[in-house]
Amino acid sequence: MSATTRARQQRLTRWAVLLVVGGLFALPLVSMFAYSVRITPQNRSAFNSWKAIVANDQLRHAIVTSLELAGLTVLGMLLLLVPTMIWIRIRLPWAVRLVEFLCLLPLTIPAIVLVVGLDNVMSWVNYLVTTGPLALTFVYIVLVLPYCYRALDAGLAAIDVKTLSEAARSLGASWTTVVLRVIVPNITSALLSASFLAVAVVLGEFTIASLFFYDNLQVVIALIGLENSNVSVATSLAALIFGVLLLVTISFVGGRRPRQEVES
Amino acid sequence: MTDTAAGTSPRTASDRGIEVRLDGLTRVFGSFKALDGLDLTLAPGELVALLGPSGCGKTTALRIVAGLDDASSGRVLVGGDDVGGVSANKRDMGMVFQAYSLFPHMTARANVEFGLKLRKVGAGKRRERAMEMLELVGLESFSERYAHQLSGGQQQRVALARALAFEPRVLLLDEPLSALDAKVRAQLREEIRRVQLDVGTTTLFVTHDQEEALSMADRVGVMRAGSLEQIATPHELYTAPATQFVAEFVGLSNRVRAEVSGGRAQVAGSRLPLLDGSVSDGSGTALVRPESVMVSTDGEPNGEVTSSSFLGAISRVTVRLDAGPTVVSQVPRTLAPVVRTGDRVTVRLDEAAVLVVAD
Repeated sequence: MSATTRARQQRLTRWAVLLVVGGLFALPLVSMFAYSVRITPQNRSAFNSWKAIVANDQLRHAIVTSLELAGLTVLGMLLLLVPTMIWIRIRLPWAVRLVEFLCLLPLTIPAIVLVVGLDNVMSWVNYLVTTGPLALTFVYIVLVLPYCYRALDAGLAAIDVKTLSEAARSLGASWTTVVLRVIVPNITSALLSASFLAVAVVLGEFTIASLFFYDNLQVVIALIGLENSNVSVATSLAALIFGVLLLVTISFVGGRRPRQEVES
Repeated sequence: MTDTAAGTSPRTASDRGIEVRLDGLTRVFGSFKALDGLDLTLAPGELVALLGPSGCGKTTALRIVAGLDDASSGRVLVGGDDVGGVSANKRDMGMVFQAYSLFPHMTARANVEFGLKLRKVGAGKRRERAMEMLELVGLESFSERYAHQLSGGQQQRVALARALAFEPRVLLLDEPLSALDAKVRAQLREEIRRVQLDVGTTTLFVTHDQEEALSMADRVGVMRAGSLEQIATPHELYTAPATQFVAEFVGLSNRVRAEVSGGRAQVAGSRLPLLDGSVSDGSGTALVRPESVMVSTDGEPNGEVTSSSFLGAISRVTVRLDAGPTVVSQVPRTLAPVVRTGDRVTVRLDEAAVLVVAD
């Protein structure tokens, strides 16, 4: 009797907490949506601001740029981090701490300081690679290192990298094969979460792009906010929803491991 | 060797095996010499166990043979060819590790097929060969299972099948049974030996478990501080240890004072023949096996039982001799109930040769 009462109480508490926390999260989002569809002198019909997201050329370009940046950053980050982290685990265990420290550094350096330091490097990037906004890829790869390192580290810690790669080597696998066919398939969820974090960071990045005078999504959102705040809020909300959808998709894909398919 | 393509009919022991020679292998880690001029030759098809305490360099030796570590100096010759410059993935050596090493995202069969796939063996042949290997280790019905759905013993059997599927020139076993419980270990021991004899692959087996080494190997090499202390057949190693270290590391030994004269040792009232390597004259310590110590209840008592432990088929009885030393004796089950703590018993030594070392 008392057990069922307690169970019901627990359920109630759980729902209450969920409601309060959910409300706290939902409130600003709902407000944003309400604001984006509010009729004002600038915003003649309710969904004008949402239409503007695709209709506004500048914004559309910025969205494409940010998505390209996100994609390139993920690619660059994975190519840089995955082989490095596997290699130090197998061959240079003493360097693990050093690499961890280096990867966490960008977190402790303010963006403005980073920009001052990067200025020289960026002029070389502009000279050698591109003067377009995609030059930011190189900065963003550095910027996402702390988050991605953590995610990948957790994934690699869950498997015995050394033994698995030695086993593969003794069976005749080249290093490329070891990484692509033995390690990577076993850290897919870590790769996905690292990628998601990178995408989230890149889509939300404002300071560095703005200081280097590049138009990415956040810079343009801020710009539009100056003339039409409804559109700017609608775009912010859209970017947020896009991020959430990405997270849900990734966790859904990452959750489907072969082992679980067999067990069911 | 060109005929590494798997899927060919199993070859017999004589044409499978290849000679492996370790020539003056030395490996230095900083100031620590893990290997100090190790020389060892494995005859074609032979199973040699390297036995020794942890840190004696046995695993380092195996890893150098596998190409997973580099020797500071010395050579590894396989079939007469120096493999020093050959990377691990080109050495064509199957290896079973102490830690579970099955690829978690692949089924048992896919694991076994992995080496064949890398050697571009067609899907049909690959599957056939993998099933054949799984059958050899008695796991054909587990072919579609993932590592986490297999027990530790089953995982190591799949690992063995995987290591042998591509018909490697040499099989390397790095304490493959250490992670398993005692019963599975004993069972798998026999199975590995059976499979090894079946395929006839020259095998280097590293272990710290003497029972494993003695029961499986053609020859056992006892290692100490980076080099071989003695290499011999299990029987010879046990009955005629060359050094004190071997006598004490392999099996139990009683340490009893001995007087050596005229090529024989006077030990606890018995005159015993000497093993090579004993001190030739004067006093020393004899290393006597427990099964050479006979305990009986008839005759003139010369000691008192201080403890007795029942081990199933045998019992171990500790006797304090009136002359001073305490000896451990291994007595058959039939005698065990008769001998109790505090009993006066007669102890006499079997006429087996003993090693007498200087004090």
